[in-house]
Amino acid sequence: MLRGITIFIILSSIVFESNARSHSVCHQCDLPTLSIAVNEVSHGDTLMLEKGIYSSPGIEITKPLTLIGKPGAVLDGESKDYVLKVLSDSVFISGLEFINTGKSYTKDYAAIYIHKSSIFTLSNNLIKGSFFGILVEKSKNGQILNNRVLGNATREDQSGNGIHLWDCDSILISENKVSGMRDGIYLEFVDGSKIIKNYSHHNVRYGLHFMFSNHDQYARNKFEENGAGVAVMFSKWIRMENNRFINNWGTASYGLLLKEIYDAEVLNNTFQENTLGVYVDGSSRVNYSGNTFRQNGWAIKVSGGCYTNVFTRNNFLGNSFDVSYNSKMNDNTFNSNYWGSYAGYDLDKDGTGDVPYRPVKLFSYVVNKTPETIVLLRSLFVDIINFSEKVSPAFTPDDLVDLSPSMQVFK
Amino acid sequence: MIKIFKYSFSDLMRSRWSLVYLAFYLLLGFVLLFLNNDLSKGIITLMNVIVILTPMIGTIFGVMYFYNSREFTELLLAQPVKRSVIFFGQYLGVSISLSLSLIIGLGIPFLAYGLFRSGVIVNFLLLLSSGAFLTFIFVALAICIALFNTNKIKGFGYAILMWLFFAVIYDGLMLLSMMVFADYPLDNFALVASFLNPIDLSRIMILLKLDISALLGYTGALFQRFFGTNLGLIASWSMLVFWTFWPIILLIRKAQKKNF
Repeated sequence: MLRGITIFIILSSIVFESNARSHSVCHQCDLPTLSIAVNEVSHGDTLMLEKGIYSSPGIEITKPLTLIGKPGAVLDGESKDYVLKVLSDSVFISGLEFINTGKSYTKDYAAIYIHKSSIFTLSNNLIKGSFFGILVEKSKNGQILNNRVLGNATREDQSGNGIHLWDCDSILISENKVSGMRDGIYLEFVDGSKIIKNYSHHNVRYGLHFMFSNHDQYARNKFEENGAGVAVMFSKWIRMENNRFINNWGTASYGLLLKEIYDAEVLNNTFQENTLGVYVDGSSRVNYSGNTFRQNGWAIKVSGGCYTNVFTRNNFLGNSFDVSYNSKMNDNTFNSNYWGSYAGYDLDKDGTGDVPYRPVKLFSYVVNKTPETIVLLRSLFVDIINFSEKVSPAFTPDDLVDLSPSMQVFK
Repeated sequence: MIKIFKYSFSDLMRSRWSLVYLAFYLLLGFVLLFLNNDLSKGIITLMNVIVILTPMIGTIFGVMYFYNSREFTELLLAQPVKRSVIFFGQYLGVSISLSLSLIIGLGIPFLAYGLFRSGVIVNFLLLLSSGAFLTFIFVALAICIALFNTNKIKGFGYAILMWLFFAVIYDGLMLLSMMVFADYPLDNFALVASFLNPIDLSRIMILLKLDISALLGYTGALFQRFFGTNLGLIASWSMLVFWTFWPIILLIRKAQKKNF
């Protein structure tokens, strides 16, 4: 927030101190097209685009400018190129509608393409029917606020990402809505950025996709009914807070995938009705706290090479499997969680159960070994072996146990 | 035959146990929907109950009814009536009254909670029809066992063992063999093995119709591909029909030769 204010002050000082002028752009004005307007005006000026459709394939902005669209101002890429290419610092784009970018298998045509820019703001724009929505490369200190990117992608190889950042630093992505693209939001080599309050839904692949990005935070986002949920891969020091992962349901789907993640925090998120709530693969030193797992197929599936992860104060409610492990080794800690299927008692009334809880059922262990045995799901025999394993564990990791299960759901 | 069917049917419908069975399903249905209100969740829970309970009740009722009505059967045998008619009539009496208890007992609560307004009516019908099929299959198997064993205790023992085999032991053997042969491709084995056991077959047919089928992963995808086709559907229903008919045929053949 503080950073946002500072940026705003810097920005406004740049705009106002340089005697910036404002120009109207409309079909009957002195500046009838956007390309003429962009060439004519001087550094730091403001262009007000009146209502109308402006043909603008591949228009380059090479100086600091402010573009403001009145309601009904549409930039049309005519299905052959980028719509706007921002190649300068201090560019603000607001209130515009972008349609018809080109589609290509070799070029990443985007409605708004930003390259090597510092201090930019994209706000309140609407992007429809584009290949990539917003594509930002090698830029820093930017803000992407309250934009809507709507696509109608059906196949991964024929579609682009909604908001795509590559090699960026200190970017704020907030309150955007992305749907119907390949990945809703994609970050690669992006450091020190925040992704807040976005709503990413019905995308073909991931709602949010993180690669090789460190020191980032994403909070209060909602990811719903994406092809495979959210994937966070090969990144360090990521904070994930108060997000909602809902209804990512399908045979190869999950709420959140953590692949090679170190030193991350997963706090107060809600995972609801996903085939897999969290799929942890090769991730270490991750804290999971205050999360709620409700009605998932598997709440947490831990795959090989996960060390010193800590699960505390999470709620596990009505999942088919709470925790699934693929080995007898365990280096992770489960402590003070609320388990919906816990059947113990609390005689001393201190709020924690007196009997330890073993979250890994024998059947989930068997399924991990031999995936085909899943056809016995909900068979009476499976209930019987689960019960006998609960009484005397022989196959599941015997140190994988919650010694102080909570008796109350955490609020 | 209709007369004999009518007699055993009305005899059973008036008996306390049919009413208890009916009341049990009524109560189960109402309590379940009262607690949950979500019809499709209710169906998942009921599936567990139905695939275990209907075969068990069918087995016990079948054996019990046959042993208890032995004197009446002997009386009928003295009349000029064909043996196949007597036994088939009794069989129909038992299985239809049990299926009716199931259908009425579960139908009323689901109707009361707005079955027709929800989209799960097909799943519910699938649940009821597989429940009815399981009843028919296990009553036939039970009467067969009773015919082969004049000793009541032995008959009961075998019948319970038969139920235990299909409900529990079969799955255990399946799990065990899958774990032993884990290095081999098992998808087709799983498909065939679950196809041969009527309880497993009904369980999977219902599971695949519900959301939970996503948990079945790629094995489930294979199943989905098989059961999703017309051939698969026809094959699975005819499997259930086959399971109903061979015990009946065995029953009638045995009945015709047996010395009373």
